[in-house]
Amino acid sequence: GKKQAGTGPLSRRPDNSAFKQQRLPAWSPSLTAQTVLPTFYILSLVCLLLGIWLVITVENTYQLKVDYTNSGSCERCFELRKNATNAKITCECLVNFNVPKLILGDVFFYYGLRNFHQNLRRYMDSRDDAQMVGRRKNLKTPSSYCAPPFDYDASGVPIAPCGAVANSMFNDSFIVMYHPTNARSALVPLYRKGIAWYTDKNVKFRNPPTNDTFSLQQAFEGTTQPLYWQRPVYDLDRSDPLNNGFINDDLIIWMREAAFPNFKKLYGILSRVQGLFTEGLPAGNYSISINYNYPVEYFRGRKEVVISTVSWFGGQNHFLPIAYLVTSGLILVTSIVLTSVYVKVGKKGKNMEE
Amino acid sequence: MNGACFRETLRICRRWPDIMAIWKEDVRVEEERHVRANDREYNERFSYADNRIKTAKYNAFTFLPTNLFEQFQRVANAYFLILLILQLIPEISSLSWFTTIVPLVMVLAITAVKDATDDYFRHKSDQQVNTRQSQVLIKGTLQNEKWMNVRVGDIIKLENNQFVAADLLLLSSSEPYGLCYIETAELDGETNLKVRQALTVTSDLANDVARLADFNAEVICEPPNNKLDKFTGTLYWKDNKYSLDNEKMLLRGCVLRNTEWCFGLVIFAGLQTKLMQNCGSTKFKRTSIDRLMNTLVLWIFGFLICMGIILAIGNTIWEQRVGSEFWAYLQWNKFTSNAIFSGFLTFWSYVIILNTVVPISLYVSVEVLRLGHSYFINWDRRMYYSHKDTPAEARTTTLNEELGQVEFIFSDKTGTLTQNIMVFNKCSINGKTYGDVYDEFGHKVDITEKTPCVDFSFNPLRDRKFRFHDSSLVEAIKLEEPLVQEFFRLLALCHTVMPEERNEGELVYQAQSPDEGALVTAARNFGFVFRSRTPETITVYEMGQPVTYQLLAILDFNNVRKRMSVIVRTPKGQLKLYSKGADTILFDRLDPSNDELMYTTSEHLNEFAGEGLRTLALAYKDLDEDVFDEWMKQLLFASTSLDNREEKLGVLYEEIEQGLMLLGATAIEDKLQEGVPETIACLTLANIKIWVLTGDKLETAMNIGYSCNMLRDDMNEVFIISGHTTLEVQRELRAAKESIMGPSREIFSDGPDTEKTDIYSSDSVFEETIISEYALIINGHSLAHALEADLEQILVDVACLCKTVICCRVTPLQKALVVELIKRHKRAVTLAIGDGANDVSMIKTAHIGVGISGQEGMQAVLSSDYSFAQFRYLQRLLLVHGRWSYHRMCNFLCYFFYKNFAFTLVHFWYGFQCGFSAQTVYDQWFITLFNIVYTSLPVLSMGLFDQDVNEQYSLRYPNLYRPGQLNQLFNKRKFFTCTLHGICTSFILFFIPYGAFISAVRDDGTQISDQQAFAVTIATSLVIVVSVQIGLDTNYWTAVNHFFIWGSLAVYFAILFAMQSDGLFNIFPNQFTFIGTARNSLDQKIVWLVIFLTTVVCIMPMVAVRFIKTDCYPTQTDKVRLLQQATRRQGPQEQNLRRVRRTSSRRSAYAFAHQQGYGELITSGKNMKVTTSSTSTYPLSSPERCPGTRGAPDETTTEAETNNTGFKREFDQNQDVTVEDLEAR
Repeated sequence: GKKQAGTGPLSRRPDNSAFKQQRLPAWSPSLTAQTVLPTFYILSLVCLLLGIWLVITVENTYQLKVDYTNSGSCERCFELRKNATNAKITCECLVNFNVPKLILGDVFFYYGLRNFHQNLRRYMDSRDDAQMVGRRKNLKTPSSYCAPPFDYDASGVPIAPCGAVANSMFNDSFIVMYHPTNARSALVPLYRKGIAWYTDKNVKFRNPPTNDTFSLQQAFEGTTQPLYWQRPVYDLDRSDPLNNGFINDDLIIWMREAAFPNFKKLYGILSRVQGLFTEGLPAGNYSISINYNYPVEYFRGRKEVVISTVSWFGGQNHFLPIAYLVTSGLILVTSIVLTSVYVKVGKKGKNMEE
Repeated sequence: MNGACFRETLRICRRWPDIMAIWKEDVRVEEERHVRANDREYNERFSYADNRIKTAKYNAFTFLPTNLFEQFQRVANAYFLILLILQLIPEISSLSWFTTIVPLVMVLAITAVKDATDDYFRHKSDQQVNTRQSQVLIKGTLQNEKWMNVRVGDIIKLENNQFVAADLLLLSSSEPYGLCYIETAELDGETNLKVRQALTVTSDLANDVARLADFNAEVICEPPNNKLDKFTGTLYWKDNKYSLDNEKMLLRGCVLRNTEWCFGLVIFAGLQTKLMQNCGSTKFKRTSIDRLMNTLVLWIFGFLICMGIILAIGNTIWEQRVGSEFWAYLQWNKFTSNAIFSGFLTFWSYVIILNTVVPISLYVSVEVLRLGHSYFINWDRRMYYSHKDTPAEARTTTLNEELGQVEFIFSDKTGTLTQNIMVFNKCSINGKTYGDVYDEFGHKVDITEKTPCVDFSFNPLRDRKFRFHDSSLVEAIKLEEPLVQEFFRLLALCHTVMPEERNEGELVYQAQSPDEGALVTAARNFGFVFRSRTPETITVYEMGQPVTYQLLAILDFNNVRKRMSVIVRTPKGQLKLYSKGADTILFDRLDPSNDELMYTTSEHLNEFAGEGLRTLALAYKDLDEDVFDEWMKQLLFASTSLDNREEKLGVLYEEIEQGLMLLGATAIEDKLQEGVPETIACLTLANIKIWVLTGDKLETAMNIGYSCNMLRDDMNEVFIISGHTTLEVQRELRAAKESIMGPSREIFSDGPDTEKTDIYSSDSVFEETIISEYALIINGHSLAHALEADLEQILVDVACLCKTVICCRVTPLQKALVVELIKRHKRAVTLAIGDGANDVSMIKTAHIGVGISGQEGMQAVLSSDYSFAQFRYLQRLLLVHGRWSYHRMCNFLCYFFYKNFAFTLVHFWYGFQCGFSAQTVYDQWFITLFNIVYTSLPVLSMGLFDQDVNEQYSLRYPNLYRPGQLNQLFNKRKFFTCTLHGICTSFILFFIPYGAFISAVRDDGTQISDQQAFAVTIATSLVIVVSVQIGLDTNYWTAVNHFFIWGSLAVYFAILFAMQSDGLFNIFPNQFTFIGTARNSLDQKIVWLVIFLTTVVCIMPMVAVRFIKTDCYPTQTDKVRLLQQATRRQGPQEQNLRRVRRTSSRRSAYAFAHQQGYGELITSGKNMKVTTSSTSTYPLSSPERCPGTRGAPDETTTEAETNNTGFKREFDQNQDVTVEDLEAR
């Protein structure tokens, strides 16, 4: 307590403050029928409206999945990839699919993996963000999180990017062709850049500084590529030299580890500049030519291409609308029960029985 | 000054165990102490403790290591240290080191800061005590020295009203015969002064400094010990031996009074003084919630280990079936590729992750809450007693919530229920009552503080504190009505009071019993001033005229006679016998002519008794000279006879006390403390059983029982157990039990006998069915038998069937035994309240000890857990503070467990998605800060400020106290409910976002179903859900609650964005890997849709359940709450507290509380010597006394004087009763 200076007759009397006397002005709400029942009804209504809105939105989105793990001509590649010694042998295959009607608007192409556990603790930890932010020191000395054998190769050269996550990067590539019935087949143009989060592309991942005096390859000198990679990190995108190194969009997207074993990651966005695709993806037959590199048969995984449009709340998502509608229904049932119980019993509780 | 030192003692005593520990290390066991006066060199050889007191634990250098060492001795802290070590193993570490170390450091830091401030104040007060000045004789001159520089063997000079600096051997003093007076209140709680006398050889040294400096005696004495009343030693000086005892010692802690100066030789200094040795360790008390909490924490550990095992098994299976196929991507080390070993590691990893179910902040938060509640008790103005400037004090900060669970109160009587002040209240003289006040219509007026008092200014010798309201009595005196005069003459003559006259007209009476003091004081004010006595005479100033009576005989009081008489010869030569005594006794010895008067007086006595007053009948008799002479001869003969003296005297007394003429009766009020009957009534309504344990006699105790409304006429039966043997007691108890059971047995009469006994054995159920009211009064000697092993069960049974239990004539040890008995048999929370040294054992034994900081000194307060000045504050302490504390603590714990389960178990559900790899759901920083930053303050403010029902309603509806006694608000079931609630919440918190995120993308098509966005979404939902939940749990939203709840949310978002900002990432890229996640996910509508849905689904079921409970099946609390809100809307109402009416019409025929044999002392003149020889210097006559006493108004001082002087309280002597004593009884 506060030390009292005075020694008068009432010197030890406690202060008469609202705080010390526990008389602070306060609001004491309580759960009365007048507040609770309307809240329930209103919440039920809100959930119902949201649910309906979401249902309508989801109905207007389109999603198409093409599983190419071992379908069509990919069967051959699938068998080939069963043996790790064939890693250097390239394998191309083709998968066909049909779009029944025009997909309006922006169309997104994802690659999907099933049963791939990007969320294992030791897998997730096996990366070095300090290295991928382009720090010279970390480039040559990968963090201890990139546990062996993903930090240095057999001859002791540091790996960049190090760690299990980068090592297992998805390396299939797709070429999508449109086959209109009355015209020549056309390449479906995709944006392969600008498909990662802005913060990832610009803050979280950066190349080691080149000072405009030497090339990216020189900047990565003294490091080697990850064990499973076919090409070094500065040579990931041969079509666009600016999309190389740690800031390669595919690498960035892969490095953002999925929360669940079944996931899809953005591969590209339909470019709507050309005449054929300005409105979206027209109806008709399509084929995907796949450079089949990524082995999934070890872990009984599946690979797929997902073509989808997005709405204001994301892609095609059936869970949320249903969840909202169910919640709305449950709240409505609860509020009816509450109301009836209140009408039957509640009045009694009002009376003070002493 | 007094208070300051008292507080010093108190502080030291609290810290005693530590002091002992420090002190023991460097002192060898001392067999015998050699002290040579004025010879420091010699004394230093023995390295005795110096007079410096060190209660502080640490200094600047030792603080950190010592404090940390102490803190890690606590189990919880050690547990977290082990976790921290586990986290450093990379194979196991599922969380970064900082998730544990940050909370741990914060907890350690908070505790360390608290310890440091405590220690700082100890340093300061040590400093203050150590630097007190005293005059030390060094090298032949008196020099001022600090206390800490005083050494054993020094001679120091003390002056009046100074504290004694160390344990001293008194050498000489300013008073004749080397006498000196000390007040020992701080030492043993006795407020009366004690005399100490120096050896004649040393007292001759007087204040001759030169001779004192040459004084080179050697003292050989006992080693330091804690016996306050014992000292043995020998003084060797000039080839002579003098034996020393306690009567020559001045102990540290005493205060010198009424002695100008004295010199003393330091024998024990500093920590070796008896005061410091006497502090004793206090038992560490813990609350039932504490114990429950420990059990629960163990359960949680068990639960944690179970979850760990489940997940570890899951991991083993997963590794075998799925993980092994995945090795291509992971390339585990060889030893981790073993599935079973991987499961083993996973177990530890999950133990680390899930450790937050046993939150490190739980214990600290609970301590903080209790500390806060204690401060609220200290700050409560309604428990502050302004007359004595005493606020209530929570002396332990660990018991607060138990105040809301008390079922049994054990109360002392004198000084606790009563003020131990007797007030002459009414009288009946010659068939007319005086003392009531009537208004002009002839209605009786209630006497209050404001009722005008009778003006006694005609009497210069009056006692100014005496109050009387009925002026008709003074008029009668002024009219010189002979019987009224005779009445007061009797009161002025027939007693064993000793007068003190300090200055002219300043009379102080030393009465053996307060009753007598009150009567003589009354006579004094009505003009019959008892002024002085010698063994043969009594001088009374009758209406200003001195009249000296010859005192011929005192026919002393004893328990059988229940009366006392004096025989005096008036100045006119008349012989008179004045007698006062119990009415039943006296009425038998009246002259037949008195019948009519006896009848009316008897009616008046009934009336007085109905008001709970203590009554006495008065009678006189004119004696014949011849008869008296003859009787006197026989008396002399009888008093010299060797055998059956008592008996013979009794017969003689009986002989002359016949044919008395009745004068009237007096009624004395044994003043109850303010509000006692109301408090007792209120606590009884709260279903608290109040037992009175008193050292007083049966009759007095019963009388108080009636005036407190604990005993009533309409009770079915009052059982009095007063058997002297085990068998008798057993029979009485059995009879009592049967007569209680008897009528109720009929209720169950239709069942067979065996069934009946079953019902009886479950007496907790059965107790409720007893409608009739019974009371049990048990005597000390019977209690000794009843407490034996084979009778205690029946005692408990009977006592618990009775509404009221009064134990009288109990020893301090028995008080403790009774408390212990109830603790053992009823498993109920007990509270003991008392004010005297005789209550200490009981206060220490009970779960909660309350000390009344009252007249009998500080002993009870020192050993108590709570202290305040008035019994009536108990009501507020229990019904308001206790109830709130309990309510708050329970809600706090429920919420805390809920919160941590909701928070932690998300990891469990995620385990099934991430291959049981111990991947955390949340960001590590979130885990670090969740408990200590994001959610601690709202729940703390709820735990500190919440009020379900405000204080007025808490007091008005005492049955709101019931849930605490029944342990309803927090128990194992509640724990299960709230953990289950937490588990369900965690389930919803995980699976709704899971369902939504499994196929979600951002509205620009980019990724959002990654682990980091998922983590941010769940964390945000969690923070919002638990904030809404605490909002629901908060009944009383003060500004602080608002601030903390909204503030916590704001802080969460602020920290979230700060932790995921570019700046921090650029500095520590590996620590703040969540860069940008909050920005990229919280701008998405889907995330908010998920958060909203999660919140609704988590919260609404709870709202529905609460609503059903409060509105449709409300508890008493809910009803009162509703009522309170309804009233508030209507505006404040006049508060009408039920008035308790006393309905007793019991005749109290007892007033003498004093012992036999005092009359003899007076007639022999033995006790006159001191009085006459030191009239001017007698301790009490000192005018300095009053200013020296802290804050005490004059009236209490004088009361204490009248009550205590010269007469040691019966129970102060009984303080050290041992088991042997008890058995001997």
